[in-house]
Amino acid sequence: MTVHSPAATGSGTPSPGAPSGPSRPRRWDRRRLTPYGLIAPAAAVLVVMLGYPLVRLVVLSTQHFGLPQQFGQPAPFVGLDNYRRVLGDDQFWTVLLRTVAFCAVDVALTMTLGMLVALLLNTLGAVMRGVVGSALLLAWAMPPLAATIVWQWLFDTQYGLVNWLVTRSGLADYRNHSWLSQPLSFFAVAAVVVVWMGVPFVALTLYAGLTQLPQDVVEAAQLDGAGAWQRFRHVTVPFLAPVVAILTALSTLWDFRVFTQVYVLQAAGGITRDTNVLGVYAYRISIGENRFDVGAAVAVVMVVLAMLLTAVYLRQMLRREEEEL
Amino acid sequence: MTRPALRPALRPGRLALNACAVLVVLVAGFPVYWMVDTSFLRRGDITGPTPHLTPIGGTLDNYRTVFARGSFVTALGSSALVTAATVVVALVLAVLAAFAVSRFRFRGRRAFLVTVLVVQMVPPEALVISLFKVLDTWQLVNTALGLTLVYLVFVLPFTIWTLRGFVSGVPIELEEAAMIDGCGRLGAFRRITLPLMAPGLVATGIFALIQAWNEFIFALVVMNRPERQTLPVWLQAFNEGAKGTDWGGVMAGSTLMALPVLACFLLVQSRMTGGLAAGAVKG
Repeated sequence: MTVHSPAATGSGTPSPGAPSGPSRPRRWDRRRLTPYGLIAPAAAVLVVMLGYPLVRLVVLSTQHFGLPQQFGQPAPFVGLDNYRRVLGDDQFWTVLLRTVAFCAVDVALTMTLGMLVALLLNTLGAVMRGVVGSALLLAWAMPPLAATIVWQWLFDTQYGLVNWLVTRSGLADYRNHSWLSQPLSFFAVAAVVVVWMGVPFVALTLYAGLTQLPQDVVEAAQLDGAGAWQRFRHVTVPFLAPVVAILTALSTLWDFRVFTQVYVLQAAGGITRDTNVLGVYAYRISIGENRFDVGAAVAVVMVVLAMLLTAVYLRQMLRREEEEL
Repeated sequence: MTRPALRPALRPGRLALNACAVLVVLVAGFPVYWMVDTSFLRRGDITGPTPHLTPIGGTLDNYRTVFARGSFVTALGSSALVTAATVVVALVLAVLAAFAVSRFRFRGRRAFLVTVLVVQMVPPEALVISLFKVLDTWQLVNTALGLTLVYLVFVLPFTIWTLRGFVSGVPIELEEAAMIDGCGRLGAFRRITLPLMAPGLVATGIFALIQAWNEFIFALVVMNRPERQTLPVWLQAFNEGAKGTDWGGVMAGSTLMALPVLACFLLVQSRMTGGLAAGAVKG
């Protein structure tokens, strides 16, 4: 960001005898420079630690960069070769498709369950609502890593509670059943972890929205003979639509870039090739296989997709803040 | 009977609703309870044929094991240092920027705000490789400073955005009154607005704290020497090393890691739910 430059060059008339221009400007000039001085430190951090790495990422993705380059060899420019290699690789498309599918399932489950829990909160009595709210907060507050490890323990092959429960309830003999060694049940467990952590935020936010629902409209609909489903469909849903849109966009972004949950469960289950999602895939290619160039190309694709996914959210936010910006 | 829907719901309906509520409480709360419970169980109880659902007759052995590994205390110190640095620096920088964007009109202000908003959409996971290379160039790998700089980037946009709202919430007339009484512009902000936005500082500070405390991938890549590990990296190394043989110890470690976050979270809970909805419905 170079936001502080225009005024610094445009209005920095130095007083006589001052060694450097902007450091001792006249009074009215200093007032105009104050806001730039105030945002300068934050802007500097963003430029140096986000702008610069982004540029380096793009540069890296157009170079040949392997193990020799890691030890100081010059990295030759190869144009779009890395992208060609990534996009021509079946493995990449499998991973991308898997990531999108996993993300879609997670978001659908999170939003549906979140809405149901929010409606439940809205109908419960004060005491019960407090209890449910506290339990949701507990789940929401759990560090993702700790939560994943706890679920890993719940689904443990030998001593896990889930296997014990399934076996005990007579559904099937799940003694020593390994959940994490099959891709499908691996992702079922991963989805449980992601959804478990995602629902509380969605439910509590939607509930907060529901409490703002104008009661007179609800009652009017009721008097007109609208049933519960019709009231939900024609009163509640349109009222909550902006919140639902934002929550869906945020959940999509979060679930699209999921890393910790999959990484930890992979370490526990031992299979990586068939369970990689985009973030983990980029990590394994670069850090694991020392193919930093290809990894960078995957990462660039990931950034672009994330931006596209959240374009809706951004538009909504910007429109809302338009007059305040 | 003409308007049945307006009456309190019938008894069976109420019962079903409360049953659903109990189910939600169980699903949401039980894993957390199970973590704490397991951390107090003896190894024999954990590997026994039936699960021990209460820690009655339990032990503190698992916690002793965790603390006996010197690496835990080192990791705790490392995490505390990075987290504290992130919170303090993020708050200072964000307060300054929030003050600028909500109290001044200047060219580039809108661009700055849009950047702050857009930047939050960049997935940090995609930047692991290049941020590592940048830190490596400056020899900041395996340093608390390097990791703090990384965390600042992912915490600052949200903190600026949120604090901006809190600054705007304090009437500018209060500052102007102080300026008439002889305060400078910044003095008026520091003496009047800053104390009034204390709740906002607490909320955003805790947000930064949770982010820095929980962060895993960058800690994994940036702090790659065992003696520099932060708590999450230590915990995952412990978890991988135990290979499912020491769930008591792993759960004790998880509990110790989760405890500060759970405490902070409950402290600011109401603030974290209300805001988004109130603003979003406003439409």
